[in-house]
Amino acid sequence: MQGPLIETLARQGVTRRTFMKFCATLASAMALPPSAGRAMAEAMAAAPAASKRPSVIWLPFQECTGCTESITRSHSPTLEGLIFDVISLDYQETLMAAAGHQAEEALHAAMAANDGKYLLIVDGSIPLGLDGAYSCIAGKSNLETLKEVAKGAAAIVAMGSCAAYGGLPHANPNPTGAVSVSDIIKDKPIINIPGCPPIPTVITGVLAHFLTFGSLPELDKHGRPKAFYGETIHDRCYRRPFYDQGKFAKTFDDQGARNGWCLFELGCKGPVTYNACATVKWNGGTSWPVESGHGCLGCSEPDFWDAGGFYKALSMPADPLKLAAKAAVVGAAAGVAVSFVNRGKKSAAKSAHETTTLADLEK
Amino acid sequence: MNEIQLLTWVRGDGLDYAVGIFLLGVIWRLFEIYSLGRKKDLSASRSVAGASGWHTIFRRSLPPAGMVKKSPVSYIGGYTFHIGLAIVVFLFAPHILLIQSLTGLSWPGLPSQFIDLAAVVTMAAMVVVLADRINKPVKRYLSTFGDWFTWTVTFLPVLTGWMAVQHLLLPYTTMLALHILSVEVLLVVLPFTKLFHAFTLFGSRWYNGTVNGHKGVAV
Repeated sequence: MQGPLIETLARQGVTRRTFMKFCATLASAMALPPSAGRAMAEAMAAAPAASKRPSVIWLPFQECTGCTESITRSHSPTLEGLIFDVISLDYQETLMAAAGHQAEEALHAAMAANDGKYLLIVDGSIPLGLDGAYSCIAGKSNLETLKEVAKGAAAIVAMGSCAAYGGLPHANPNPTGAVSVSDIIKDKPIINIPGCPPIPTVITGVLAHFLTFGSLPELDKHGRPKAFYGETIHDRCYRRPFYDQGKFAKTFDDQGARNGWCLFELGCKGPVTYNACATVKWNGGTSWPVESGHGCLGCSEPDFWDAGGFYKALSMPADPLKLAAKAAVVGAAAGVAVSFVNRGKKSAAKSAHETTTLADLEK
Repeated sequence: MNEIQLLTWVRGDGLDYAVGIFLLGVIWRLFEIYSLGRKKDLSASRSVAGASGWHTIFRRSLPPAGMVKKSPVSYIGGYTFHIGLAIVVFLFAPHILLIQSLTGLSWPGLPSQFIDLAAVVTMAAMVVVLADRINKPVKRYLSTFGDWFTWTVTFLPVLTGWMAVQHLLLPYTTMLALHILSVEVLLVVLPFTKLFHAFTLFGSRWYNGTVNGHKGVAV
């Protein structure tokens, strides 16, 4: 296998074998047949000269750059980052050298040159409040920019929970009126890669799939690729046997926590969170939140910020006795009121009772 | 409304309302029932060994002689699903956590696999009891809407809970939300249907036992 990418990787100290292994891992992570790994490797290795690489435009809206950090700092050597050698990343504010008017020119040039063919990646939510004034780039609101750039896109990747669902800006009380990409764009294929941030392998996997097969992978009802978001954290968690045995850490530093018992009682949202952390892990397979001793926050699920508290067990209700005292008082009052009505009925029946005498019976 | 929002609602506001209505209903009904009072029995009390309210409370937990053979489904099925329900409700670890968060009381749970078995046995017993009610002409004649309705609202929490744990039909999140919702329906209707026997059972047994004990009859 030859190609510009293989040469670039070799210069970075990544062997062809490592690259093939990476593609095979990626394919198997997405539950694709083994041949797909080779197809991906060939498609990426055969990436043509710089001018013809698929154009990707990355728009940042109300975001924290965590999603960009996640993929660029994935691990070293940055195999996940190799995707940048395969695509032509024509606009990415954090990574591009250009700034100001030059950056805008690059954006518009890429849009014009690849009309209908470029891949649009969005991270961050779009504010609708105050006519979108909460977040503007180059004098345009995010809403305007998104609509304009989405028009010529082949597909849109909503990167991270903010772009996919509105994320943190969308959390109650949502002061900026933040919404997701899919709330605005209805006529383009959209793939959601939620997570706060998403797993680098998931980002790369989806992009590699698009580059190799020219299509989006199979999605679930939240628009997430089923390959990565098909199972819950809980079902794949190595601490699951402790859950089944009823062995729970009660605090973050008790003996149960030291023994690596289940974090359900400490508020782990693993049972209701669909993501690949438990299998793919983070930082090159080093660890992941539950392995490091903290419960899952549920960051790849819609509105996880408002889902009743990070440190409350899922089976624990928010505040079920809130109405209890009032309800008891109203119940007692209703009971007493009905008692009086019943007593009234009884005494009415008693006074209406006619006494039968022996004389009456002999009539 | 997505499934996390539904789950958040059933764990939050939904449960607040359900628990509120439950408490309101229970206190109301208890006041109403016990304030009715009874006429004083002026006859002389006849004393017979084993005839009293307390005896009856205990005795009616056991099947009368020959009845198990005569009506096995009612007795064996009835015991099985009542005991099964108690195991599933009170000995499943997440349920104990809930009770602990509300009351501070906790006790050791049973392994999920055992709870799973208990849930399946409970549902099987409930289905058999229902089939018996449908098949036996007398039982069917005596059944009203209240019987079919209370069977359903009792069955659904067990079914949805079991399906949530087993990951059947719907994603876990949705099933868990439906499970909690079905429990809320049960809480709301409990005080106002035949299910209120959970509270009145021993009181009414004691009353029957006392009245009959006064007449010298050990029932």
